[in-house]
Amino acid sequence: MTMTTKGKFGRFGGQFVPETLMTALQELEEAYEHYKQDESFQQELRYYLKEYVGRETPLYFAQRLTKHCGGAKIYLKREDLNHTGAHKINNALGQALLAKKMGKTKIVAETGAGQHGVATATACALLGMECIVFMGAEDVKRQALNVFRMELLGTKVVAVEKGSRTLKDAVNEALRYWVTNVETTHYILGSALGPHPFPVIVRDFQRVIGDETKKQILEKENRLPDAVVACIGGGSNSIGMFYPFIEDREVALYGVEAAGKGFETGKHAAAINAGKTGVLHGAFMYLLQDDNGFVQEAHSISAGLDYPGVGPEHCYLHETGRAKYVMATDDEALAAVKLLCRTEGILPALESAHAVHYATELAKTMDPDQIIVVCLSGRGDKDVHTIYDALGGELA
Amino acid sequence: MSQIKEAILETNRQGHKAFIPYIMAGDGGLEKLKPTILKLQELGVTAIEVGIPFTDPVADGPTIEEAGVRALANGTTLRKVLETLAGFAHEIKIPLIAMTYLNPVLAYGIGQFAKDAHKAGIRGVIIPDMPLEESDLVHPALKAAGIDLVQLVSLTSTPERIEKLTKASEGFIYAVTVNGITGARSSFEGDLESHFKKIQSYTDTPVLAGFGISTPEHVKQFGSFTSGVIVGSKIVDSLAKGDWDAIENLVKASKTVPLA
Amino acid sequence: MSQTLIKNGYYGNYGGSFVPDEVQKVLDRIAEEFAKVKDDPDFNNELNYYLKEYAGRETPLYFARNLTEKLGGAKIYLKREDLNHTGSHKLNNVLGQILLAKRMGAKRIIAETGAGQHGVATATAAAMFGMECTIYMGAKDTKRQALNVFRMELLGAKVVAVDKGNGLLKEAVDEAFMDLVKNHDNTFYLLGSAVGPTPYPEIVEHFQSVISRESRAQHLEKEGKLPTAVIAAVGGGSNAAGAFAHYINDENVRLIGVEPAGAATITKGKPGVLHGFKSYVLQDEEGNLLETDCIAAGLDYPGVGPLHAYLHESGRGEYVTVTNDEVLDAFQVLSRTEGIIPALESSHAVAYALKFAPTLSPEDTIIVNISGRGDKDVQQVFELLKNK
Repeated sequence: MTMTTKGKFGRFGGQFVPETLMTALQELEEAYEHYKQDESFQQELRYYLKEYVGRETPLYFAQRLTKHCGGAKIYLKREDLNHTGAHKINNALGQALLAKKMGKTKIVAETGAGQHGVATATACALLGMECIVFMGAEDVKRQALNVFRMELLGTKVVAVEKGSRTLKDAVNEALRYWVTNVETTHYILGSALGPHPFPVIVRDFQRVIGDETKKQILEKENRLPDAVVACIGGGSNSIGMFYPFIEDREVALYGVEAAGKGFETGKHAAAINAGKTGVLHGAFMYLLQDDNGFVQEAHSISAGLDYPGVGPEHCYLHETGRAKYVMATDDEALAAVKLLCRTEGILPALESAHAVHYATELAKTMDPDQIIVVCLSGRGDKDVHTIYDALGGELA
Repeated sequence: MSQIKEAILETNRQGHKAFIPYIMAGDGGLEKLKPTILKLQELGVTAIEVGIPFTDPVADGPTIEEAGVRALANGTTLRKVLETLAGFAHEIKIPLIAMTYLNPVLAYGIGQFAKDAHKAGIRGVIIPDMPLEESDLVHPALKAAGIDLVQLVSLTSTPERIEKLTKASEGFIYAVTVNGITGARSSFEGDLESHFKKIQSYTDTPVLAGFGISTPEHVKQFGSFTSGVIVGSKIVDSLAKGDWDAIENLVKASKTVPLA
Repeated sequence: MSQTLIKNGYYGNYGGSFVPDEVQKVLDRIAEEFAKVKDDPDFNNELNYYLKEYAGRETPLYFARNLTEKLGGAKIYLKREDLNHTGSHKLNNVLGQILLAKRMGAKRIIAETGAGQHGVATATAAAMFGMECTIYMGAKDTKRQALNVFRMELLGAKVVAVDKGNGLLKEAVDEAFMDLVKNHDNTFYLLGSAVGPTPYPEIVEHFQSVISRESRAQHLEKEGKLPTAVIAAVGGGSNAAGAFAHYINDENVRLIGVEPAGAATITKGKPGVLHGFKSYVLQDEEGNLLETDCIAAGLDYPGVGPLHAYLHESGRGEYVTVTNDEVLDAFQVLSRTEGIIPALESSHAVAYALKFAPTLSPEDTIIVNISGRGDKDVQQVFELLKNK
């Protein structure tokens, strides 16, 4: 356990929310503690993960990528093969099932590019729950097809016309909706963020990634990897991957933040590397902000990393030195997309491409008998348009 | 004794209900802060809640959020608000209460904030995204500077929490009248009277009702079973329109409620 | 199973090879090599490794509880081919054929593609095996499917726009065969559906039969018996061939192929020869091909694999049709009840299941083959529903 006191990871985390939500958070915490121990709940969740989501996902040895880098062996944890195309469904399904057990009838969620919204809408369709998703108006325009996809799944999508009209504002609005409808509604937060107990719940529902990886690598290599690499936006795929390895000190953990147009330009989403702490959306964490404590917009070509904060457990892992937080730029991520396509026939999500980039750099510095596992958190189908535009439709 | 509590009790002793208007600092420009505060003081309000704009005001409804957006566009910051207030603090006779989200305070530095706020006439602080459990972060510094930390009690707070919150709250207890965010409403649900009486039963600190109160009728309705009211969105809206008559009517209503 | 059905390149009266001699020579070599590898344990171990580790098999046989309860008849299971890498059953065949190509010493893979799905799957596997890859695509299709072209290029494939005739799939196939004849020393033609001259239909059926190999075992494990019926969409017929293969000898299992009403080759066509093989063809009295009208690009084909022609004629298979409207409805129903957005192709199978399941009893079970995911079709459905 990395939680040091109730709801805190070192000095990070906590419950910085309006009083109206405190009872709901307490209720959620109690329910979660109960169902966490409840074998029939866990069994039902395992059933859906296997039969519906398609777990377990392969831990695939990327032979040609390995050869290309000429160093450590690279394995890819294939979360891109999950139903709906990313790790997001692990958490959405877990929380929707939890909410249903708690007697909630409605689900509210925020979404940026739409991935978490689609995953949540999917889980709600499956479990027969009403679902409302808030999405920044800019994102609604950019991601019209994901909006339609959510609607197909029976979800109501609300465009948020406030603030920067992106993810941050969608979270604000979803929180407001939750405050107003808290008795009937559960808020499914999409990343390992927010007030306690959300970072714990999201991590626990995502740890299946790391648990499977550990079992698989032991089967394949009969030992643990030397390094594990995952991208960090809010940090849900990475915390799910890291968590089961935290006590294994010989395994180096690398979180890759989005350096956007370059860290030095200020147009990035690298909250940990930027180094300022603050409170947003319920938690004390590393946060992109100006000297007045006003939250700044994050910048990344990858919508899923485009968030100004980072989950509190990562903040703690950074401060204790257990995990290292490095960066990849937009251009590096794009190059990694191309590289993984060419060498392995796998089109990674732009988010995951940040991790791929760093892993290839790292592999080159390591020996052939060493092992790196990369969390391939999602598939890149959703990003083909962005990649096309970024490369000007031309491929060198 | 807390200046805020004293001001509320004094108003009650005069046979009136306490009336605390909320204003968004910097809405319409920081130069409006002084005339607005002095005019409200002249109207006989009990205290003034001064809102500090923030980029992500999750507890606020559309009216106050938009006022915040306007204030931010004017370049308003916590630092500038405190400096502006300090410039005419000697003219302010009633206590000011700062309503701010936590992050600007953290960025300012808690100790320095407490000192500068006191110099600016701030006698109480409300931080809507900081529940009691997290208040150790700021409470010692505020206490040292002689500033109250006001707690909110919501409709969803359990009896155990209500007891804890009312005992911890300084100055007054901010009792939220609705589930949700700030903003004008046409009606309220449930048996609010017994809820408020329950809250008051734990403490001799006055209980004030807030969120959604927007008409003289609301003021009278809530005034009939509380020590007073806080009016936010309606004041912000009226100030933006320059409609001082509406504000005056609300203040007047607080002076016509018979004491329970 | 397939080996009991096919004799000398024919499924009953259907199949065969109607191609120029120079093509025939290449096909004979492929047939010979395929005969060697298909029961070779080493080959199958390697194939199974990639199916598991790369494609992500096995795919679940998912009990669609909500849909079953909604329809109130047979229990409905969905075979989740949509969860394969690249989003459909196509990769099963591509991986099999590309390993066959490697065995034959090929360094270069060519393929045809219409809407782009088979092209993407082929480019994917070629990238993974580090083989050169050329995809032939009708010029008109390359314009309509610019993003899929880009995706293939991203995967390192060369996409050749065929600007002949109508600039559609047929011209792309012709061009691919010409390439094969010219470059057969180092080149393998990876055909995407259970059509074409022998041995392709058999090869495709064989590599797709993993679908029913899994589903049969899964159904036995879950229900302790075989299903009442297996339902799959039929265009060229590769997913249906794979979904049916291991049940063909289970006489009590009904095999139901669902054709688009606007391209119902078996239901409305007549025997004929098309693209080098004999099967049912949608044609008029003069033998001219009829126009097709189907909202799923992957089923929009005036011919059908010879296996299906045979299953139809022998009565072992049942072939039915559904309309475009029924398909659109099924697309939405499955999305809403189960949170699964099916490909428009697969939605044909779902559409028939919606009608069929209520006519059975709760003791019955049916398997619907969800051959692919519908992400690729969301834009099209969006437009179709908007214009309604």
